[in-house]
Amino acid sequence: MAEVIFDHVTRIYPGNDKPSVDDLNLDIKDGEFLVLVGPSGCGKSTTLRMLAGLEEVNKGRILIGGKDVTTMQPKDRDIAMVFQNYALYPHMTVADNMGFALKIAGTPKEEIRKRVEKAAEILDLTEFLDRKPKALSGGQRQRVAMGRAIVREPKVFLMDEPLSNLDAKLRVQTRTQIAALQRQLGVTTLYVTHDQTEALTMGDRIAVIKLGILQQVGAPTELYDRPANVFVAGFIGSPSMNINTHPVVNGKAQIGADTMELPKEALDKLTPEDNNEIIVGFRPEDASLAGPDDTNAFSLKVVNVEDLGSDGYIYGNIVTDDSVAAEQVSMMSDQNKLTTIRVNPRVLPKVGDVVKIKVNPAKMHLFAPSTELRIN
Amino acid sequence: MSFNDNPQLDPRALKATSVKAEDPAAPSEEPPSLKITSASADPKMFTLPWEQPLSTWPKDILVNLPRGISRHIVRFVRVGDEVYAMKEITRNVAEREYELLRQLQKLNLPTVQPIAVVTGRHDENGEPLEAILVTKHLRFSLPYRALFARTLRPDTAERLIDALAVLMVRLHLAGFYWGDVSLSNVLFLKDADAFSAFLVDAETGDLQVELTQGQREYDIDLARTNIIGELMDLSSGELLQPDVDEIEVGNRLVDRYHSLWSALTDTDKFNPSEMWKIEKRVNRLNELGFDVDELEVTTTEDGKRVLVRPRVVDAGYANRKLLRLTGLDVQENQARRLLNDLDAYRASTWRDGEDLEVVATDWMREVFEPTVRMIPPEYRSQIDPAQFFHEVLDHRWYMAEKAGHDVPMADAVQSYVAEILPKQMMDAKTVDDLNAEADSGVIDDEATYDDAPAHPDDDDDYNPEFDQDAAVWSH
Repeated sequence: MAEVIFDHVTRIYPGNDKPSVDDLNLDIKDGEFLVLVGPSGCGKSTTLRMLAGLEEVNKGRILIGGKDVTTMQPKDRDIAMVFQNYALYPHMTVADNMGFALKIAGTPKEEIRKRVEKAAEILDLTEFLDRKPKALSGGQRQRVAMGRAIVREPKVFLMDEPLSNLDAKLRVQTRTQIAALQRQLGVTTLYVTHDQTEALTMGDRIAVIKLGILQQVGAPTELYDRPANVFVAGFIGSPSMNINTHPVVNGKAQIGADTMELPKEALDKLTPEDNNEIIVGFRPEDASLAGPDDTNAFSLKVVNVEDLGSDGYIYGNIVTDDSVAAEQVSMMSDQNKLTTIRVNPRVLPKVGDVVKIKVNPAKMHLFAPSTELRIN
Repeated sequence: MSFNDNPQLDPRALKATSVKAEDPAAPSEEPPSLKITSASADPKMFTLPWEQPLSTWPKDILVNLPRGISRHIVRFVRVGDEVYAMKEITRNVAEREYELLRQLQKLNLPTVQPIAVVTGRHDENGEPLEAILVTKHLRFSLPYRALFARTLRPDTAERLIDALAVLMVRLHLAGFYWGDVSLSNVLFLKDADAFSAFLVDAETGDLQVELTQGQREYDIDLARTNIIGELMDLSSGELLQPDVDEIEVGNRLVDRYHSLWSALTDTDKFNPSEMWKIEKRVNRLNELGFDVDELEVTTTEDGKRVLVRPRVVDAGYANRKLLRLTGLDVQENQARRLLNDLDAYRASTWRDGEDLEVVATDWMREVFEPTVRMIPPEYRSQIDPAQFFHEVLDHRWYMAEKAGHDVPMADAVQSYVAEILPKQMMDAKTVDDLNAEADSGVIDDEATYDDAPAHPDDDDDYNPEFDQDAAVWSH
């Protein structure tokens, strides 16, 4: 049982000017499953490797269970890098495959048996303990490998993209298994991934990191409902949030000939550096089709529609001026810069239509263009 | 996982290949049709049954060689005159491993040679198949399990560990973090009385400018754990001499690594009057098989002490010397043995005053070539000529000792071929058994483990139909 603390931790690689991880402050609570997510090169793996002792810490401290481990060797930290490539030994029984590392450490036989039986119960391998790997299915073999990490009962599990070398089918299955297993074991876990879906589905909390700087830490719903900045808004969620910059005229967002009302408390936070503009974000499910006379709505030229049975999706370009603006600013959107709206599939418009869209004002995400920080 | 890209990497490594493993956060589309990026131009590569899962490839194109334990499907396939090892893995891992192996090859490190990455595979129904990494089978090499499947000298485990320690030190000096060191991830070549180790699995590795101490220590600790596990497994299968202490052998790796690392990187301090100690240091490194390319010699400010540290070392001291003299490219200890025999030949023919290059040409024609030509054809695919020569020399020594007088080389060869060689060869059944064992560790191919319960050892109550894998995680 252990809490992990990154206390003002910085890592600068030799020959680099910029830190790969910059002044990181992060607490992982005892027993918590924390997912560190971000794009490639953001410093997430470096963070994990500093905790593992594979990378040096240039500034700051790392604590595991209250103990400063900043300069400690990897093997003395009581951490386990989980089942990246554990091999199964054909002549050994399942029990021996799981417990041999304890034998090396000189753990008494009864204690080994106790821990192996406990792990086997959690992994549903009890009846196979005396079998050899040959008589197991692929899923069971995978679980024996997991068992090898579990029986060590380390203070912390570290997982660096553990699903990346599995094929798509095994990946989804293993994702569920890891999350369920961690909940049962209650071992503090740091899990690194580039995949925001993995982060949302697995973590108790998610830490989003970009260019070595921590952006936001929170429960999946917190990050989804109240992203702290434009980057988190665009990174978390699939399909991703629609995010556009608009001029502010008379306290409203000007979208072509249309306007959209904005809350006063957000407008008050805009500064001269924002040049009378505002970044408006909304999720595809937080907008809907409006009537032609609806004043608080904007026009969208439909480029593509999808009928998924339960949901329909409209993809389009927001109409500004009289034409569809080609230079429409759309940040961090993965839908080819098209605005995405989820609608009732029974009332899907046709491609080429211009439709009116209104956004649920309570679900609007507003950011200041100068800082990209949330202002509502 | 990928470590920081650093512009200071060796330029040879930077320009090693056109294949760049993609950022897993932003992968491009899987190629819609078969794509082979290959370092070999053999058109026969295109005629292989890429549209079939590797585990179902027809037997007539496979080569029955012993395989190591792997989590993935691996097969040896004959392509023209070559034998290639094929490993079925995800595209990103295949591309990454290919790229890394190419880089390590450019740095002259002992690894298997990458041949190709095959992506965009689809079966007959258009369903996508995993990518395949193709490497060249390292001729005469064996996985450690195959070495223990035959009666070998009792110190085999120790000799393998020594070879692995040399490999690790060489990789670490070059900035390669392995992340998964084990006997299974290495192939061994007999090297006179010792072994040479070659890296075969670089899935978790990364090439950097310099490793941190934490990375080296992690590799060492993982190696120790894995080696002990692998030996305990051999012991469970009664393939290990009963008096071998697995933990002691694992600890030997740690000791060997540290002593070699320190010999290659420590700074010596001595008085200016003891400059001969520089030569002593260089000789010591030569004995360990390393050439010193650059030596840093500095003095303390008061001029009373000299500090000496090797800056650039290259493995293969004897190998290069023999290569220069004879054109033979063999393992380090074999080279040392051959050089010794060359010296003995020179002395016995009273030619000490002659150029060694000239003597070497005659030794090749009169001694080495006639000997290795006597390897019977049926053994030529199984024993390396230089190793054969070394073993015949050993055999001749024993014969001479027994007889009390010198034995002609031709007699020694005949006796060796008749009495010793057949015992060293592996039969097809042993290979089949080894490969069945190796397959029992595969986790990602149904064709492999679905077959398994059909031949249960002592698990006769096991029925895969009742394996409720899917339900396990619901509670």
